Amino acid sequence: MKLFKISGGVHPDDCKALTAKSAIETLPLPALLHIPLQQHIGSPAAPVVRRGDQVLKGQLLAHSQGMISAPVHAPTSGRVMGVGNYPAHHASGLSVRTITLKPDGKDTWVSSEAIPCDPFKLDPEEIATRVAAAGIVGMGGATFPSAVKLNLRTRYTLKTLVINGAECEPYLTCDDRLMQEHTAEVIDGIRIMAHALGVEKIIIGIENNKPDAQLAMETEALNYPEVSIARLPTRYPMGSEKHLVQTLTGLETPARGLTADIGVVVHNVATALAVHDALRHGRPLLSRVVTVSGGAVREPKNLRVLIGTPVDDLLSYCGGFTSTPARLISGGPMMGQILPSTRVPVVKGSNGVLALTGKEMASDTPMPCIRCASCVRACPCGLVPLEMANFARAGDLEGSVGFGLMDCIACGSCAYVCPSNIPLVQYFNYAKGELTARQRTEHKQLETKRLAELRSDRIEKQKQAKREALAKRKQAAKAQQQEAAEAEA
Amino acid sequence: MTGTILVSGPHAHGAISVSRTMALVMLALLPATLFGVCIYGWPALNLFLVTVGSAIIAEAGCLKLAGKPVSPYLKDGSAALTGWLLAMTLPPWAPWWIGVTGSLIAIVIAKQVFGGIGQNLFNPAMVARVALLITFPLEMTTFVIPKPLLSSDAPGFLQGLAISFGSGFPVDAVSSASTLGHVKTEIGRHVPLDTALAPVFDKLTSFLGYMPGSLGETSALLIVLGGAYLLFRRIITWHIPVAMIVSLLGLATLFHWIGPETYPGPLVHLLSGATVLGAFFIATDLVTSPVTPRGQLLFGAGCGALVFVIRSWAGYPEGMAFAIMLMNALTPLIDHYLRPRVYGRDRKGEPLVYEQERESAQ
Repeated sequence: MKLFKISGGVHPDDCKALTAKSAIETLPLPALLHIPLQQHIGSPAAPVVRRGDQVLKGQLLAHSQGMISAPVHAPTSGRVMGVGNYPAHHASGLSVRTITLKPDGKDTWVSSEAIPCDPFKLDPEEIATRVAAAGIVGMGGATFPSAVKLNLRTRYTLKTLVINGAECEPYLTCDDRLMQEHTAEVIDGIRIMAHALGVEKIIIGIENNKPDAQLAMETEALNYPEVSIARLPTRYPMGSEKHLVQTLTGLETPARGLTADIGVVVHNVATALAVHDALRHGRPLLSRVVTVSGGAVREPKNLRVLIGTPVDDLLSYCGGFTSTPARLISGGPMMGQILPSTRVPVVKGSNGVLALTGKEMASDTPMPCIRCASCVRACPCGLVPLEMANFARAGDLEGSVGFGLMDCIACGSCAYVCPSNIPLVQYFNYAKGELTARQRTEHKQLETKRLAELRSDRIEKQKQAKREALAKRKQAAKAQQQEAAEAEA
Repeated sequence: MTGTILVSGPHAHGAISVSRTMALVMLALLPATLFGVCIYGWPALNLFLVTVGSAIIAEAGCLKLAGKPVSPYLKDGSAALTGWLLAMTLPPWAPWWIGVTGSLIAIVIAKQVFGGIGQNLFNPAMVARVALLITFPLEMTTFVIPKPLLSSDAPGFLQGLAISFGSGFPVDAVSSASTLGHVKTEIGRHVPLDTALAPVFDKLTSFLGYMPGSLGETSALLIVLGGAYLLFRRIITWHIPVAMIVSLLGLATLFHWIGPETYPGPLVHLLSGATVLGAFFIATDLVTSPVTPRGQLLFGAGCGALVFVIRSWAGYPEGMAFAIMLMNALTPLIDHYLRPRVYGRDRKGEPLVYEQERESAQ
């Protein structure tokens, strides 16, 4: 298969050997589950259960609301302990609305409503509806509701479904293991999605550092002529949706656009498996595979974990820490977020929990920029990170935008290669946040101004109406007087 | 941005640091430097050590004055490298105070006054070299015929000390002009180029570097090896050296073809003076050169053209330092206008539009 070159990128040590050979193990049922109502991009789900309710495995806990949203379901049977606030799976450490569930240990399934049937006989709409009802979101970490992406066929001419099995983040091996251990299910899920999208061509991109997964998928794909496997060069950020599509098709997604603009939809391997489960077995998304790894973890593993399981449980199942980790991360080391504590629950988008040692992070005190242009060469988006950071630091956000701030995908390649250890992504996040805040303020000011103008207009109109009425009355009175005078005369 | 906890990734970092970058550049300079010390003897070593040492001391003093932490900044090695590069461009038997003055100019005026590492507009070593050349033209243009270390007519250790720290240049007999200087003078006297070149230019000698010249500039071979090493380690890219050499050689070939009597050919330009050192080590200075590939091509081509112009028509026989400084001044402008194309956008910065969409839009 012909591949195209992408510019930039870096080659971090992939550290995948820690878990690449560990088969997926199922984590035992935890004592408590904390299921956040917002585990996806879009509006949070609205709870349909109350404290004290007894729920069964797979039962709806909260329904989606709005166009872009996803429901959440009970990962196991048990009692709802409450609907309240609980620390989120997020760097901020802020709390979000969360349903707390105490498992009863029976793991009893709810009787399925959607009768499993041949998905290839279903309408594309029906597949998207079932995927939406199953609460499936992009499981590579983006957590965009998958059904919305399956419905893109209505607005775009789609040709290709690309499956992202690149897994370019170091340490993570959950997709690698899924492709090896659930090959048939994954391919089935992929074909169901292709059917829903109405596309003829399916390309599964897998980086060359996963030869076993490549082989397994290739063998399975032999049964389906429309499915082909692309062996991708190992290079970060190959798993970036837009760059993966460019590698496979040679086309760049237009700025501010979607890959659908060039006829491609991208889904993740784990999402495909969830789609298979939803369509073939009527099971909503209740669990996911998480890589628990890093130098500070005693026994790194790949675990199948119920949504809502505290990160603590995962770590203790892996033997705890060998040393106090220098940093605890959700996701990969390149784009992952710091976890404020181990109390937080696993969510639909958690693909990794990493406990890194100081040595692995290899961070050092930031020094001044020496303009070495390493960041310019590493940037996969053609930006000039050093200038963007300079402008952001000086508070000149417009200048930063001029050098491409809004086209930045925050992949971190620039900061990874910076010899001066400048936290470039930190600057960009600050600048993006600040810009949004400024735009919000500006919008608010405009809105206030508009309302004030409307109000003064209204008052002016009222006054005008009053004046006119008064004038009319005066005229009428005058006319009456005149009439009276005439009559007298 | 005042928080001490970083919330953004990446949470990993490549095995890269400023000190590693500087150390690799020094490693690449080592062969040519050792060669220079060998063929010009003890005075060259003295000058080298004095220049590098005073650069480091000057840096430490400035950092202390500026209230910056001295040790982490000194350890980055940039001051030592500046001193090193400056030493390589000095006449090998120049007195000690040339090296010290040069280092002070480079570090204090050209670097620290601008705000320290990464902030300087001009290449510090070149600022120093130009200042020295203008101020002390005699000392800066007196070159020696190679006197290999430990050979019979080479100055001994004590004699070397006397040359560097004492009365200065002892014997007129050993002094000689550089190739470019000689050619410039001879052409000025209307001596035909062939005659002028004959005694001073031999391809092989020039390539190997066994000739009068600056301490570390003469051996094209060893400098190119060092440059190749930097390319291999990805400290520099090919853009600046290639653009510079191509533009210089292109112009040289053209004018040599037009006026073979007055314009030296491309080989003379390539193998004499600071061409190779400049192309691989000085024009590629990270801080003062553009950051984008297209910018670097333009920068390199500009350097090459200016070198040719200065060598051919200006008052100085060698124009490397001037050329690079002039282009340094243009670097911010080049970086402003020549930016890389952003992913998903055309060169003008507008989002890409594909044919198919255009049709459907119409």
